Amino acid sequence: MRPVTRAARTAPATGPAHTATGPAGTAPPPRRSQRLATGVLLGPFVLLLLTVFVVPTLYAVYLSFFSTTHSGLGFGNAETVFAGARNYAAVLSDPSFTRGVGVTLLYALVFLPAVVAGALALALLFDSGLVRARRLSQTVLFVPHAVPGIIGTVIWLYLYTPGISPVVGFLDDVDVRVDFFALHMLVPSLVNIALWSGLGYTTVIFFAALRAIPHELVEAAAIDGAGPVRTALTIKVPLIRATLATVVIFTTIGALQLFTEPMLLSKATPLIGPRFTPNMYIFDAAFTRNNYGLAAAASVLLLAVCCLLSFAVTRGTTRRKKVRP
Amino acid sequence: MSATTGTRRRAGVRAPGRGTAHVVVGVGVLYALLPLLWLLLASTVDAEALFASRFLDLSDFALLDNVRALLREGDGVYLKWYANSLLYAVGGAAVGALLSTAAGYVFDKFEFTGKGPLFALVLVSVMVPATVLALPMYLLASELGLVNTVWSVLIPVLFNPFGVYLGRMFSASYVPDEVLEAARVDGAGELRSFFSVGLRMLAPGFVTVFLFQLTTIWNNFFLPLVMLSDEDLYPLSLGLYSWNATASINPDYYPLMVVGSLLALLPLVVAFLLLQRYWRSGLTAGSVK
Repeated sequence: MRPVTRAARTAPATGPAHTATGPAGTAPPPRRSQRLATGVLLGPFVLLLLTVFVVPTLYAVYLSFFSTTHSGLGFGNAETVFAGARNYAAVLSDPSFTRGVGVTLLYALVFLPAVVAGALALALLFDSGLVRARRLSQTVLFVPHAVPGIIGTVIWLYLYTPGISPVVGFLDDVDVRVDFFALHMLVPSLVNIALWSGLGYTTVIFFAALRAIPHELVEAAAIDGAGPVRTALTIKVPLIRATLATVVIFTTIGALQLFTEPMLLSKATPLIGPRFTPNMYIFDAAFTRNNYGLAAAASVLLLAVCCLLSFAVTRGTTRRKKVRP
Repeated sequence: MSATTGTRRRAGVRAPGRGTAHVVVGVGVLYALLPLLWLLLASTVDAEALFASRFLDLSDFALLDNVRALLREGDGVYLKWYANSLLYAVGGAAVGALLSTAAGYVFDKFEFTGKGPLFALVLVSVMVPATVLALPMYLLASELGLVNTVWSVLIPVLFNPFGVYLGRMFSASYVPDEVLEAARVDGAGELRSFFSVGLRMLAPGFVTVFLFQLTTIWNNFFLPLVMLSDEDLYPLSLGLYSWNATASINPDYYPLMVVGSLLALLPLVVAFLLLQRYWRSGLTAGSVK
């Protein structure tokens, strides 16, 4: 539509990466054929975007400002009234919600360093050339990620359960008693499941980023006398910080969604209640208590936190990049 | 044992470093593998041996009995769940990946008004947790009378914004503009160019998007939990979840859960092992900028 000027081409791309080679330079004004193709090829996806994302999001925001009261003995008409911020106040002052937030934060605080440090160590080892059978090891490490989350959780749930678990049985035989469902073990038990499933996946991502580092930089460091460990920590890790940041965002957003694992574990221990995490709180409010306003308000809060997090982390990394070109 | 050949190949790295590296990676590999090995062994023995963790005695071998019991349970409801999972995952991923790839292609190759903001919206929707949308989606589906139908699960899983992002990157790297230009000169319409030229070149990208989406849908748990109440429509994830709730009361369900879990994870693990390079290309395209 608009021809690309030289200024546009030399200016740093502000849009998403990898589109700089787009056809804009050669494309003639869109013909009717192109408009038709855009409609046919993009239309179905846009329809999905509207029905499955945009409308439900707006609807959730709308619901969060209303509350439904049943007049009479529950037989009368349900009455929906504007509640202002009352649902939000109710969520935020509900101790079971704040406790759930606390549990999730603690979980994220344990899980995030564990998975990033573990995967980074493995990826650096793979990149160092010290490890034989690199490809095979990576494949095996990745396999847990291909295991459906619910099944991975079932496996670990049974490995935690006395009477069926060979691990608990073995520890018992050597007189070590571990109760994986004890209060102080709940977060470690949950972190372990997530770590098992995510470690290999994260390693593969870090490894791919390390491979993309120019050889000259690593060689220069070696010539300057830096050992492999120092090269890894001072040259390689800083160079993949964009990937690190991306992984941190996605892992944090994943941690905030903690639901399936505690849902399954709640059947094995009474210490995991129906509102153990914010997501379980939403589910409980919506489908057990039928308090849609409350559930919607909690959903919108969770959504806001996710958006803020990704915004903060993306801005943080781009700024750091500008400081050190 | 490998240290000697290794040191020769890479001078300057001493054997202790190599030894430590192998120990660390070895521990990681065992950590990944042992739980799966337990599931495999546990599926092959009868209930008594399962609870005693006695896996190596051939007289306890009962894999076929376990499978038979699994298929018999609840008039073959497990097979129904399996078929449902296949329908949701294969059908949903095939259609969804096609829509995503086509949308990604349009974002890469065509100019149109509102392209920038629309793509930003796509990226935002990648970040949004699916669970946040479950309640409003449930209420909308119940308005439309779709709750507890196949459609209530099948339609939402078609939406794959990350697939659009991948599709756009694959389109930029696999489909050269010159080829499309040549098709234009030959008088092919844009739609025909996509189906006869673009889509063929995008085939590897399509497989990658398909695999990612297949996995996501096969693992999908929250949406069916919210939408479905009819056991006959359950996917495997929800079916096994309901059995697990029973198992904590009735231990007879443990052997069923174990062998049922093993069979449920097989398709994905096999697909992953056979199609590894597609997984890799998707992971690297998605995360390395």
